[in-house]
Amino acid sequence: MKRVAILFVCLALFGASVFWIITIPKKTDPREIAGLQPDLEQGAAVFIAGGCASCHAAEKAEGEAKLILTGGRAFPSDFGTFYAPNISRDLENGIGHWSAIDLVNAMRHGTSPKGKHYFPAFPYGAYKNATLQDIVSLFAYLMTLPAASDQNRPHDVKFPFDYRRSLGGWKFLFQKSDWVLENTPTPEIERGRYLVEALGHCGECHTPRSALGGLDLSRWLGGAANPAGKGEVPNITPGKLNWSDADILAYFTTGFTPDFDTVGGHMVDVVDNLSMMPQADLNAIIAYLNAVPAVTGK
Amino acid sequence: MIKKIAFGAAGLAIAATTVFAASHANSPFAGAIKARQAHMQLYAHNIGILGAMAKGAVEYDSIAATAAASNLAALSLLSQAGYWPQGSDAESVEGSEALGAIWKNYGDVSEKSGALVEASQMMVGAAGSDLASLQDAMKELGGACGACHKSYRKPQS
Repeated sequence: MKRVAILFVCLALFGASVFWIITIPKKTDPREIAGLQPDLEQGAAVFIAGGCASCHAAEKAEGEAKLILTGGRAFPSDFGTFYAPNISRDLENGIGHWSAIDLVNAMRHGTSPKGKHYFPAFPYGAYKNATLQDIVSLFAYLMTLPAASDQNRPHDVKFPFDYRRSLGGWKFLFQKSDWVLENTPTPEIERGRYLVEALGHCGECHTPRSALGGLDLSRWLGGAANPAGKGEVPNITPGKLNWSDADILAYFTTGFTPDFDTVGGHMVDVVDNLSMMPQADLNAIIAYLNAVPAVTGK
Repeated sequence: MIKKIAFGAAGLAIAATTVFAASHANSPFAGAIKARQAHMQLYAHNIGILGAMAKGAVEYDSIAATAAASNLAALSLLSQAGYWPQGSDAESVEGSEALGAIWKNYGDVSEKSGALVEASQMMVGAAGSDLASLQDAMKELGGACGACHKSYRKPQS
């Protein structure tokens, strides 16, 4: 009997240590970015392609106001409501006290400067594939934008999801380090993959999720329930999307659908960004969308 | 038992009356909603002519493009005062996609409709000159339509 008890305690300790080890927040060695020179123009392009303002600017911000990254926008989900933080260069309430490596750790590992896990409402599952050069340039660009003193609103997350350490388990299960589309036959498709899978984080809304919030990669970009409530986010794989390349390009640049209605919902902000991107990048996105496996239904 | 049935019947009657009243109350707005949606349809049809040229589905034709753009410009100047009676928002009336925010932000709504007037007048000039100008003006036009839909139309999907 005593032996059984000892065995049980040992197993429990073992389980706890495994949990502890796999849930350690990861970081990148600062030496990896030591030689990288930021390029502000590139940083501005990453800012647009990454859609930073779509979540971090104030709710109704338009035009220049989109460069003021006050945060505060609410994102309801099955796990609770997340509030985008202030990522302006304000020293007290923003990220003015960060250095480039902090942004690398945030975007690639979902780890805060204090070594805590971020909730995956912040799409580090996509940004993990952003290049170090792009992140270093983005950081320099962010530091040129206006400071805003708005205080962060704490997330309203339900138990047990509010226990941050457990997010290490989420990352262990769902944070994959490779690309979804393994083969990129042309440089254009490869560029498109970078824009869609990494910076653009399109899969975050267009791919369905499991009960635990992990992406169902077998239905990549195959359409999903709208986390904000009613309706569906559409399937944009060749299995469903029957728009011509010209239709998609027109949609990206003008916001008009093929029947000349306009873009709706959160996609309005996305099209705002797309319309500012170079046409070669838009063509790359289209080439990528034509190359992903067709998902049927939805 | 009889009492219960009587209560039940009364409840049903009240429910039925309410439903009837609600649907009946909608009818004064039906015409206005139809009118404004038809107006949007006229925009879409004319933008469709320009858009088909912009994306190369149809060959550029300056006369047809100018005609469509002039229609847009004319449409954007029509008074819509009678289209938007108070209480005809999506929350209150079935078939409406208009958000109640419209009636709380007159200033912003008229600013945004001013942007459409400007964008369609720009399009008149662009449509008659060449394809590249038309394509550029489509961005402006899309932005003007989208800005209003983003703030004041019920999200659809």
